[in-house]
Amino acid sequence: MKTTSIEQKLLSKRKIYLGIAIFVLIMFLFPLFIRNLYYLNVLIFVGIYTIAAIGLSLLFGYAGQISLGQAAFYGLGAYASGVLSTKYALNPWVAFVISILLVGVVAYLIGKSILSLSGHYLAMGTLGFGIIMNIIFVEWYSMTGGHSGMVNIPNLDIFGFKLNNDIRYYYFVWSVTAIIFMFSFNLVHSKVGRALRGISESEIASEVLGVNTSEVKVIIFVISAVYAAIAGNLYTYYLTFLTPDIFGFKFSLDLVIMVVLGGLGSIWGVFFGVLILIILPEYLRVLKDYDIIVYGIFLIVIVLFLPGGLSQLRTSFVQRFKVLRYSPRGPE
Amino acid sequence: MDLYSVILQFLFSGITIGSIYTIVAMGFSIIFNATDAINFAQGEFVMLGGMLAVGLLSFGVGLPLILVFFITVLMVTAIGMICELLAVHPMKNPTVINIIFVTIGLSILLKGGVMFMWGKDTVGLPTFSNPNPITFLGATFLPQAVWMIGTAIIIMILVHFFFKLTITGKAMMAVAFNKRAASLMGINARRMVTYSFIISSATGAVSGIIITPVTLMAYDKGAMLGLKGFCAAMLGGFGSIPGAIIGGFLLGIFESFGSGFISSAYKDAIAFLVLIALLLFKPKGILGKK
Repeated sequence: MKTTSIEQKLLSKRKIYLGIAIFVLIMFLFPLFIRNLYYLNVLIFVGIYTIAAIGLSLLFGYAGQISLGQAAFYGLGAYASGVLSTKYALNPWVAFVISILLVGVVAYLIGKSILSLSGHYLAMGTLGFGIIMNIIFVEWYSMTGGHSGMVNIPNLDIFGFKLNNDIRYYYFVWSVTAIIFMFSFNLVHSKVGRALRGISESEIASEVLGVNTSEVKVIIFVISAVYAAIAGNLYTYYLTFLTPDIFGFKFSLDLVIMVVLGGLGSIWGVFFGVLILIILPEYLRVLKDYDIIVYGIFLIVIVLFLPGGLSQLRTSFVQRFKVLRYSPRGPE
Repeated sequence: MDLYSVILQFLFSGITIGSIYTIVAMGFSIIFNATDAINFAQGEFVMLGGMLAVGLLSFGVGLPLILVFFITVLMVTAIGMICELLAVHPMKNPTVINIIFVTIGLSILLKGGVMFMWGKDTVGLPTFSNPNPITFLGATFLPQAVWMIGTAIIIMILVHFFFKLTITGKAMMAVAFNKRAASLMGINARRMVTYSFIISSATGAVSGIIITPVTLMAYDKGAMLGLKGFCAAMLGGFGSIPGAIIGGFLLGIFESFGSGFISSAYKDAIAFLVLIALLLFKPKGILGKK
């Protein structure tokens, strides 16, 4: 029995790598067929949001720890990088790395204390942190430029090759996204990943089985914050200007909706959740500001009729298919 | 002004704003007791109360303020009930997370609906009585503040007697204490959820109407009021009505002193900082159950 399970594991791992390879190939070939810059622009944002949303998915979907304050880390990454590369004239790559380290440290300190909370308390604690950070982005005028924002952030470059147009940036963002995908799948299938799922099922049971739950929770909290910071950096160097309203509760909420829409505990689902939630507003432009009405209905409808998210659709489809296939011998 | 009257001034404005947080916090606690979940749309009921009252007053029929008050409360209560019946009730799998999401959806929907009806302008109501400030022991305050505190106290008393004296109130307390046992005793736990939405939307509407003359109202003001009420409820201990009252006033006072002595720009940050600090030392709030 043991060999079969290992074989299965290898097989499933190979399948996952194959899946990622095909996916990355599709994303990389896409600009060759569609030269419309508008679509590239939308897909760059899909990539950026996917990174942040996968981070939340690891925390919320796998470990069951809700965060309504991801925008804080997204914004901290973005602003730290922006400030370091403009006010302190650091090389953008150096700023990129320092900002991520900074977010990692902040997330560690916050996570260490806040993760002792659970349920609503954790939701509220993270939400409060998000609001505090947003107020700081707005009010620390000398650093962030307040409401009027921050301009003239330099472009990233690779040995003098400036990532200053949509095509170049598209490949850069999706390369980073591909790495994130690989890392996340490996993480989920590692010891930490199993511990995470254990925690979301029952924290006490995991503790009894020898998992240091508080440590694992902090680790995953830091990872999800770092993902958000990477996304924030990609945002900064794409637009090269920052305004604080992007890094508010709306962003945190969007991420949560994306993860729920994709289905908790499904990394592929996250991508489709992001895709839908980014593309939907593009079609809702005709409604102007009233698009939030559609959002509200959308969120309610998902929870009422599709509580497992998009991955539930797939599962039920696969099951139906299996039942059909095995029908002569009866359903499994 | 000497330090004494400055402190008195801050204390007074803290209690005034705290009375609103108290009402919102009670709304959170009432729904939490019935459903074990938090209603993220709670702040929107407050906003709805203010906006609807302004809408009715400018309707051109010339309704007196007192009539506007009661019609508004009735309408918001009806909206709260409809929300519960259409969105919360039909949930197949009412986990905490799912209820949070549905109520976030409701809050976005209500906000969008109000924006659709009345636009994005900030609006106000006339004060209930004399609009001129009164000086008292060196501190000045608006007569409307007295209305706010007075209304809050009346609501507290009403809610208290509702839970202590009426059979429905007692049934709701029983459900909050132990849902299964209450159901076995013949209490319709499902219906109590509807009642909890009715009560909290009604109290929310009242608080919305009484603050609009002072703080003004706009379609997007509900979220922050809701969050502060939530903070207050958690400060005092979630699910506890006396806790909500203590938490509401404490939060208002903290906020008022914080914005007075530290920085008014960071006013909202102070509220959440206090909350996070408290959660870390006393995770269940001041009067929280173990």
